[in-house]
Amino acid sequence: MEEIKNYTVIIYTENQIGLLAQISNIFTRRSMSIWSLSAGPSSIDGIHNITITTDATERRIREAVRQIEKRVDVIKAFFYVEDQLVYRELAMYKVPTGKLLDSGELESLLSKYNARIVEMNKTFTVIQKTGYTDETQALHDELKNIGVLQFVRSGRVAISRTMQEPVFKFLQKREREKEKINKS
Amino acid sequence: MNKTITGSEAMWLSLIAEGVDTVFGYPGGQIIPVYDTLCDFEDRIRHILVRHEQGAIHAAQGYARSTGEPGVVIVTSGPGATNVITGVVDAMTDSTPLVVITGQVPSAALGTDAFQEADVTGLTGPITKWNYQIRRPEEIAWAISRAFYIARTGRPGPVVLDFTKDAQNGKTEFSYEKCKFIRSYIPNPKPSDQAIDKAIALIDNAKKPLVVFGQGVTISGAGKELQAFLEKADIPAGATMLGLSALPSDFPLYQGMIGMHGNVAPNIKTNECDVLIAVGMRFSDRVTGTVSTYAKQAKIIHIDIDNAELGKIITPEVAICGDAKKVLSILTEKIQKNSHEAWVKSFDHCREVERKKVIDMEISGGEGPIRMGEAVAMVADVSGDKAVIVTDVGQNQLSAARYSRFTKGRSFITSGGLGTMGFGLPAAIGAKIATPKKQVCLFVGDGGIQMTIQELGTIMQEHVGVKIVLLNNNWLGNVRQWQEMFFDRRYSQTRMLNPDYKLIAEAYGIRYRAVEDKKDLRKAVTEMLSDDEPFLLDVHVLEESNIMPMIPPGKGIDQIMLNEKEWYQK
Repeated sequence: MEEIKNYTVIIYTENQIGLLAQISNIFTRRSMSIWSLSAGPSSIDGIHNITITTDATERRIREAVRQIEKRVDVIKAFFYVEDQLVYRELAMYKVPTGKLLDSGELESLLSKYNARIVEMNKTFTVIQKTGYTDETQALHDELKNIGVLQFVRSGRVAISRTMQEPVFKFLQKREREKEKINKS
Repeated sequence: MNKTITGSEAMWLSLIAEGVDTVFGYPGGQIIPVYDTLCDFEDRIRHILVRHEQGAIHAAQGYARSTGEPGVVIVTSGPGATNVITGVVDAMTDSTPLVVITGQVPSAALGTDAFQEADVTGLTGPITKWNYQIRRPEEIAWAISRAFYIARTGRPGPVVLDFTKDAQNGKTEFSYEKCKFIRSYIPNPKPSDQAIDKAIALIDNAKKPLVVFGQGVTISGAGKELQAFLEKADIPAGATMLGLSALPSDFPLYQGMIGMHGNVAPNIKTNECDVLIAVGMRFSDRVTGTVSTYAKQAKIIHIDIDNAELGKIITPEVAICGDAKKVLSILTEKIQKNSHEAWVKSFDHCREVERKKVIDMEISGGEGPIRMGEAVAMVADVSGDKAVIVTDVGQNQLSAARYSRFTKGRSFITSGGLGTMGFGLPAAIGAKIATPKKQVCLFVGDGGIQMTIQELGTIMQEHVGVKIVLLNNNWLGNVRQWQEMFFDRRYSQTRMLNPDYKLIAEAYGIRYRAVEDKKDLRKAVTEMLSDDEPFLLDVHVLEESNIMPMIPPGKGIDQIMLNEKEWYQK
């Protein structure tokens, strides 16, 4: 059996309604769970970026990425294992303020996890932390002793180690091809 | 400069600009403006009014498959749109170019569960090559030009345009420009030189090469290029069911059909060859049998225009992403002229065994009721192998695939990947409308014809000269065969009581003849093919007969049953 790894798929798309649903469909149809998903703009005007994390074998992920690229409005899709990317997730934790203060651990936790308080009132405190999944999870586990009222973790945002957007050269090439077609 | 027109007018003008002169459709509430405007375009557009939207889409598929040009469907919102969904999936699986226009509720009502509202772009997203909801009349020309470009280029497929009523009624300026470029879409990828070089080395050094080809050859118009390639390298070739008619049946290196009910020789040889060259095909499970034992001994070269097919089922030694015509031309130029006489000759033995054990009995076997193969072979014989053969799904389809013979491309139209019963009758209507000078002959079972039998009304109204050969056995034959072979003859819900087809044909004004006796078959087929009128030939065939040979499910491509008891011995 091929090894199952955690992959991050970064997809560059045109801004087209319904495309996100079609892309997530490609995963669900193959019974691949999407662990996290985030969508937003890229550094190139008009081009969107969808970042999805999932567990799969390399063969499966390659297959899925080809199916994703087959969608007409997808410009290009790439898949990475973790060390090929710089990535972060954002987590927020809501804890009861009284218990938090009573615990006496507030300062040590904040400095240990490089977390910060974004809101504090008499009843609850919202702590924010960015980092890798295991780091945000570790803080969650420690806060459990105090009591976590709410916990939320964002989808992964990731940036490749290539100099520009990995789709950049492809778009330049397509621009040249377009000029050629328009001339002919 | 451009005067202002309605969205509906813009739609018809856009279709005309794309060369459309025939559409298949059915009106309804949310598409009335389009139909109203059609009155002004009747000199340029032939609208075929079907009896059910499923009929429209299968007819458009038949039209597209027999010409290569996109079939156009126009239906209303909600149920009109959902009724075409089977055909959309079918077209997606079988790479059929379609442009389907569905009416939609006014954009202000979207998402309110308005009368006859369905989420058409949501429903058809995963089953179309592209879809788009037109909400403003200014988008029409852009969306339609893009739709045709996407449907007909690369690996063809269906496109759905969901057209809101306010966009149909709204006013817009109009100018049309054909789409030639979409930056996110590369329809005709350039084959990699490196892959080509590797393929040439493999082909030149092969001792026992085999080609298997699919519909990609037909779509890219590469029939001649395939012949030149096979002749120069002296390579035998087998076709998938959708690849049928891409090579003439009498082409010397052609070895017949591969797959579950294919010919023995190309199936057996798949697991004996040293280099397998797959052209424009996708290694469907009906073609490979058990994948884990498929062509393990061979180095595989896979040529396909769809990058997502390369490595999907089989991991090839060499993958070439490109158009079959282009790739075959390059390969033919660069490979050495070769001869594999003994290897080619070795196919004869398999063919002889199949002839003796299966074919002879099926198409010329002595006494008793008419067999399906006999009826198919008779049509081939009387038509001089020139008819366009359309099939439904099941034993009629497999017999037609096995015993038809072809002289020209685009002569075999069937629902392959999806296996849609009910496809045949409307698809034959579309094929006949597209190619009125050809004889179009449908093989259909008594199960399948009843799934879309309402389209006899379309034949009547449009006077479509389709020749319908009903292979009538009073069973859902293919399922019955599986029940006999793999389910201990427990015939669950496969016996079918039939209506009087004579009365049905009469009701629609379609000529009818029944044949029960072998000796009447030639005369009946000759009568049917003697003119260009619609005809229903009701052939009462042997009731319990099986399509053989068969690779049973779960078996390898070289594990072939010649009949219910006997396996092919290697």
